[in-house]
Parts: sequence; C-alpha cells; structure tokens
Amino acid sequence: MAIRCVASRRTLAGLKETSSRLIGFRGIQTFTLPDLPYDYGALEPAISGEIMQIHHQKHHQTYVTNYNNALEQLDQAVSKGDASAVVKLQSAIKFNGAGHVNHSIFWKNLAPVKEGGGEPPKGSLGSAIDTHFGSLEGLVKKMSAEGAAVQGSGWVWLGLDKELKKLVVDTTANQDPLVTKGGSLVPLVGIDVWEHAYYLQYKNVRPEYLKNVWKVINWKYASEIYEKECN
Amino acid sequence: MAASTAVTANYVLKPPPYALDALEPHMSKQTLEFHWGKHHRAYVDNLKKQVLGTELEGKPLDHIINKTYNNGDLLPAFNNAAQAWNHEFFWESMKPNGGGKPSGELLALLERDFTSYEKFYEEFNAAAATQFGAGWAWLAYANDKLKVVKTPNAVNPLVLGSFPLLTIDVWEHAYYLDFQNRRPDYIKTFMNNLVSWEAVSARLEAAKAASSSSA
Repeated sequence: MAIRCVASRRTLAGLKETSSRLIGFRGIQTFTLPDLPYDYGALEPAISGEIMQIHHQKHHQTYVTNYNNALEQLDQAVSKGDASAVVKLQSAIKFNGAGHVNHSIFWKNLAPVKEGGGEPPKGSLGSAIDTHFGSLEGLVKKMSAEGAAVQGSGWVWLGLDKELKKLVVDTTANQDPLVTKGGSLVPLVGIDVWEHAYYLQYKNVRPEYLKNVWKVINWKYASEIYEKECN
Repeated sequence: MAASTAVTANYVLKPPPYALDALEPHMSKQTLEFHWGKHHRAYVDNLKKQVLGTELEGKPLDHIINKTYNNGDLLPAFNNAAQAWNHEFFWESMKPNGGGKPSGELLALLERDFTSYEKFYEEFNAAAATQFGAGWAWLAYANDKLKVVKTPNAVNPLVLGSFPLLTIDVWEHAYYLDFQNRRPDYIKTFMNNLVSWEAVSARLEAAKAASSSSA
C-alpha cells in the first residue's frame, strides 16, 4: 500500500462576478487521508490492529475532514473580507491542520518489524544520537520518560535543530507541532501520547506503551529526514 | 458531597456512591474499574507522595488546588490535586437511571439563564464536544448566574472563581473503552442517562448559601 498525500483541486462554490468581468476563480486545495504503508495489524503486538484502524480511519480522518471544512470557511471569510471570522477560524485550523500533519508523520515513523521497524539507526543519525544522548538506549529512556510525563494529551519528539545542528527531545501539548517549541526544529520521530493512541491495548499504563512502541519505530525514515536536513 | 468545595484533607480515594457496574449499560463496569480504580487512585496516591514533607502536606485539598494553580502558572502538585478533586466530583455528578430534564427550581434557573433546558443542553454539549484534547465541561454558578464552562486538562471552576455544579470528564480515558473516538455519543449518553440532578441541586443550595454568607 503506497503512501500518498492526495491534494485535489476544488473550486470555490461561489464565483464572483461584476457586471463586466470575472473577479475571482479560486480553487482551494483540500486534503485527504494518506494511506498507511502497511496493514493495520502489521505493527502487532506493539500496537494492536484495532488501535491502528480506529486511530487512522476515525481520529486522523476527523482531523482531515475538519481541516478541510475550516479551510473552506477561511476561504469564504477571506473573500468576504471578514477579518474577525478569519481570526476566529485560526484555532480550528491549528488543531485540525496540525493533527493531520502530525499523524501523517507518525504513520511514517512506524514500520512493521519485517520492514525494519525497531532496527537501530545507522549512519549519521546513529552517530548523532550517540553523541547527544550517549547511546540509543539513553535517547529511548529520555523520550519515554518525557512522553510518560506529558499531562493530558500531546506528543514526544526527537527533533533536529537545523540552526544549532543538534538533536533535541521535547514534548508538545495537544496537536501543537514541534515547531511551536522552536522555529528551527524539524521533527524526526514523533510519538503520539494522546490516550487514543494506546488506551484500548495498554489502558492507563502509558509507560508500557512507550516501552513497546520502540519495537516498531522506523529509524530509516528518521535517518532520511536527518540526512536531507543536514545537507 | 453536598458542598461544592468539600474538603478532603486526608486525600482519600472515595468510592463512587454506587457499585462499579451500576451505571451499565451507559458506562461500563470495565470503565469504572479503570477510571476510578486506576486513574483516580493514581491521582490520590501520587498527590500524597508529592506533598509529603512539603508545606502543602496536610492542607485541605481545595487549598492545595488554589495554591498550586498559581494564577495559571501551574505548580507540580496541581495536576494530581485538581484531578483528585475533579474525579470525586464527577462520580457524584452521576447516578444510575439518571439524566434527562431536571424539575423545580433547577429547571427554572436553567430556563432563566439559558432560555430553555434544550438551549442549556446544546451549550453544555458543545462545550464538552469542543474542549480540544483532555479536559472537562461544567455547569457552574457565579454571581447568581448559571453558566457553562469548559476547561483543559485538570483545570476546574474553583480556580476560575465559580462554584462547580455538574461536570463531565472528556479526557479520552473517560469514554474510550465504551465509545472509542465517539465523544458526541458519550456526551449524549451522559446527558440522557447519567446526570444526577439531585447532586446538582444540593450543590446549588450550598453555592447559594456560601455566596450569601460572604455577601
């Protein structure tokens, strides 16, 4: 199953026209749910197929749907010059747009064991991790501890600070993207610690989820991003 | 508890005022076993550990909540303290065969402040549905008015200067086993089948008494 992020053009349902000419013909780009590059059950036993299906088909889809709705409303508000409506829509765009972006990254951060999930990073990312955290185990321990300590909903991230050229571990609340913690931060690995990411399987024991998720982390993808950003 | 600011100086994990399976089929026994038995228990146990040996030790729960809220710049014990309080309040906001429309003075006040029970329902439902991430929706009382409030994570109306009367927990752990992502269905079930209007009325009386005694 190939991953694809399909953007489709859709015309705004209201063409503006003055007496003599067409003022605006604007297509707004909408988003669709990307396919997972593996079957729902392929990450078991680390993450159950039931969770993967609901997480992808319900939670992520809802972010996409609500994001598209917000963008359409934004387009209309902008065309009408309704400044306060534009401002009012910002939180819906932030929540849902970031929810879509974060989850799109997350699916790529995971891989079945037979496709390299859990295999330690090699190359430049592997070395950088050893330099900054002592070892992969050191990084895993730190991220797991910080992920467990997130109160409420959020994410724990391994990021690259492009400017300072160093690796960073940080957490964000709700669907806040990593960039809210630093403008030059690029996400390499994000782990969803919203309860929906683990509850059906791990219940209240988030640390157990965090212990097991590393078995399916796709370090190949993280390395690709790291190498791209470093050059 | 009758008063909305009941003090739990011993930080006890009080059981709900009904058996863990008594809210079925609307809220499963399994949910209560985890939500009360694990989540709520952990907040109480962790709070005890957290305040041990500090100036907060032995202080009433509402004191700890206000102190650690620290005007929004939360101190470490806030999460456990407020969540311990919130969950006890939540269990007591529900009862078997609850829900539906209240009557008497409570209905009159809802109609006064929201124009109708249906409008109150709509507002409470919207607050619960749109609290993004983890949090709570509340019916609260302040300045002789009822209002609907939504709060993130562990925040509650106590720290916002109003008396809580009713709450619904919208952290995912509150509904995930029974409803998965379907928070709107959970809210509807809560409103139609679980709300204890008796508890709300009792809390309102306490709130009014507390307000007039400080007037």
